[in-house]
Amino acid sequence: MKNLIKLFYIISFIFLATVHSQSAEKVDYLKTDWSFKGLFGKFDRGSLQRGYQVYTEVCAACHSMKYLSYRNLAEKGGPEFSIIQAKAIAASFEVVDGPNADGEMFTRPAKLSDKFVMPYENEKAAQAANGGAYPPDMSVLVKARGGGVDYIYSLLQGYEDAPSGVTLDEGVHYNKYMYGNKIKMSAPLSDGIIEYGDGTVASVEQMSKDVTTFLMWAAEPHLEARHRMGFKAIVYLIILTVLVYFSMKKIWSRVESEV
Amino acid sequence: MSDHDYTPSSKVGKWFNDRLPLLTLANHLTDYPTPKNLNYWWTFGGILTFCLITQIVTGLTLAMHYIAHADMAFESVEHIMRDVNYGWLIRYIHANGASMFFLAVYIHIFRSLFYGSYKSPREIIWIIGIIIYLLMMAAAFMGYVLPWGQMSFWGATVITNLFSAIPLVGEGIVTWLWGGYSVDNPTLTRFFTLHYLIPFLILGLVVLHIWALHVPGNNNPVGIDIKKPSKDTVPFHPYIVIKDGFALLMFMIVFAFFVFYSPNILGHADNYIEANPMVTPAHIVPEWYLLPFYAILRSVPDKLLGVVAMLSAILILAVLPWLDTSKIRSAVFRPLYKQFYWILVADVLILGYMGAMPAEGLYLLIARVATAYYFLHFLVILPVLGFKEKTIPVPLSITESVLGGTPNLAAARNRESSEKLK
Amino acid sequence: MSDKKPERRDFLFTASYAVGAVGAAAVVWPLIDQMNPDASVKALASTEVDVGSVKRGNTITVLWRGKPVFIRRRTEEEIKEARSVKMEDLIHPEKDEDRAKNPEWLVMLGVCTHLGCVPLNDKGDYDGWFCPCHGSHYDTSGRIRKGPAPLNMEVPKYEFVNANTIKIG
Repeated sequence: MKNLIKLFYIISFIFLATVHSQSAEKVDYLKTDWSFKGLFGKFDRGSLQRGYQVYTEVCAACHSMKYLSYRNLAEKGGPEFSIIQAKAIAASFEVVDGPNADGEMFTRPAKLSDKFVMPYENEKAAQAANGGAYPPDMSVLVKARGGGVDYIYSLLQGYEDAPSGVTLDEGVHYNKYMYGNKIKMSAPLSDGIIEYGDGTVASVEQMSKDVTTFLMWAAEPHLEARHRMGFKAIVYLIILTVLVYFSMKKIWSRVESEV
Repeated sequence: MSDHDYTPSSKVGKWFNDRLPLLTLANHLTDYPTPKNLNYWWTFGGILTFCLITQIVTGLTLAMHYIAHADMAFESVEHIMRDVNYGWLIRYIHANGASMFFLAVYIHIFRSLFYGSYKSPREIIWIIGIIIYLLMMAAAFMGYVLPWGQMSFWGATVITNLFSAIPLVGEGIVTWLWGGYSVDNPTLTRFFTLHYLIPFLILGLVVLHIWALHVPGNNNPVGIDIKKPSKDTVPFHPYIVIKDGFALLMFMIVFAFFVFYSPNILGHADNYIEANPMVTPAHIVPEWYLLPFYAILRSVPDKLLGVVAMLSAILILAVLPWLDTSKIRSAVFRPLYKQFYWILVADVLILGYMGAMPAEGLYLLIARVATAYYFLHFLVILPVLGFKEKTIPVPLSITESVLGGTPNLAAARNRESSEKLK
Repeated sequence: MSDKKPERRDFLFTASYAVGAVGAAAVVWPLIDQMNPDASVKALASTEVDVGSVKRGNTITVLWRGKPVFIRRRTEEEIKEARSVKMEDLIHPEKDEDRAKNPEWLVMLGVCTHLGCVPLNDKGDYDGWFCPCHGSHYDTSGRIRKGPAPLNMEVPKYEFVNANTIKIG
């Protein structure tokens, strides 16, 4: 009977595994080495700064990032622009403020405390300008997609001519990593579309990696602090566990010696 | 409740204790005679207490920053994650804490199932436990709605719509639950209120749970009644405290890995998309801990019966002490039950897996078989097993060598009954 | 057997307690610190106020960091009155010259230093402000003269961006 149970377990797990592998439309995302993965993962500052450049020069034309503020750009664990740089970046955007003493709204250059300026007034305006498709807000986009960074990274490089037999409507593009392969966004990146300040060659692959890194930080601005604290916390817990383990052995030795 | 009379040594202590016997209570708790053979599966009671307190403390602090409004909830969560000092830490502990809580409670429940801890005279402990479990599910579900992401919204829609299965009044109840014609701001605010309330109800029930436990004392792996205090027992402090503490630390290491290194792995990506009443996500799945029941719900092709089946799957546990007819508690001495126990574990795991898969084709078929088996286990196998099973003789005491004093009556009775069956 | 090595046992228990206590303290801190001003509050920018339309002898009240700020364009008499007070008559001695760099403009937090109420304009025994909550009198420089408040009303950091605009903060 015992063997029967074991057999039952083995069969059911093999069975589940096969069912699982058949079911999930396995998409093999493009892989790259992310500096922020792993126990001590940190962001690559250069990549974050370049990523911001890609975002602001390319993506920001349609995609908002409404939960980020300009001050975040200078905060620790992020792109770490200097305060002066961040202020200059902020000042290059106009925000609506007010009402002033006369009860009127006015525009002024953005300050560090302001949120990222949105490309459209509201969601409806964004839809209207993009053929009915709403370009999603990018603040937490990486966490809002099943494949995470690998998905975004692959999607940006996944534009292809549609295979024969697939018909695309007007304004729809083929992307092999998109769910259902049809995407309203046209390929946003092409080699040399922007010029990096630090001299890095702006290949599609490089830009994809940089902007994805930037989006990861945007979604998880405290990732570095989390990794640092996590390591300390776990080392601490292990030390305490060892101490308590030996204390426990000591205490229980009184009982066991009696038996 | 008092195992022996206790008098505080100091005058002040005595004065206070005569008016409010807190010191007697503390003394009872520290001296509480506990079977000395409790294994690590018994440490999950303490771990669950830790989980509850963690959830209450982190929840309280999150509530200081969270805004229960359909237009602001999602944003306020992002505010917590980005701006509030250590907000990300507190929220990730709270979100993963829910999963850890359920992980611990499932181990706790299955430990009871294995060692027969629900049997006489511990039925009330068990039933209070089931009520706590139900409240936990309610709290977890409503908590999941609060970030107001897509899964929050659609989870709330689907689960509240379960009530529409009730004939005649169903629709009215759903509208009443919603406070409108769909899940919206009134729903969110009431869910927040209840989510805040329920943990304190659970806390109260936990006190009753422990109180009820301290009347007959702990069950133990051998499953026999023990004389207390005796050679079979150790005082709760320091023996059990340190053992629970050690297990808790191990548990916290696992917990910490989730919080610090994969805080979102147990959640669903769609919940980082703000709720949108116009678009339903492609796959709606509840949190992992509700998946087995979700699978049962979907495996029944009728709306009302599906809901009934799902509820029955939980409520059947409440009558478990009377469905299990065996006189022997521990599965250690029940060779057949032990086999069926492990089949049940596998069955629940399969149900959980099927709950995460789309309800179609082979998945649906497997889910149906697993659902049928789940009920078969409790309604047929358990009652029959008690009469048919040949049990292994149960030892008379935990420390077999210590046989002084009166022989253990319950154990002797168990032995007799098992011999009769032979 | 445990009696043989009391030092080790003592060390073990003490170490466990000590390490445990450190951990508990470390856990408590985030729970306390979460109530401190968060990053968005700390980043809240300065406020710029257009004071071009304020006439002499008038006070405007603006909100800065959730608190009222009094901006008073003082008359010559008020300035004279404020500057002629002897230091020894003051509960909290401060020169008006230090409180109002530009004598025409007095900028200060409109918060009574007693228990945080907002004092009333042009009231009280010293021609300045009077706090209705517990009867504190402030003079034309916003200095406490009579009543339970211990300190003068606080002058925040501010500057004139141009002749008509004050930037507070």
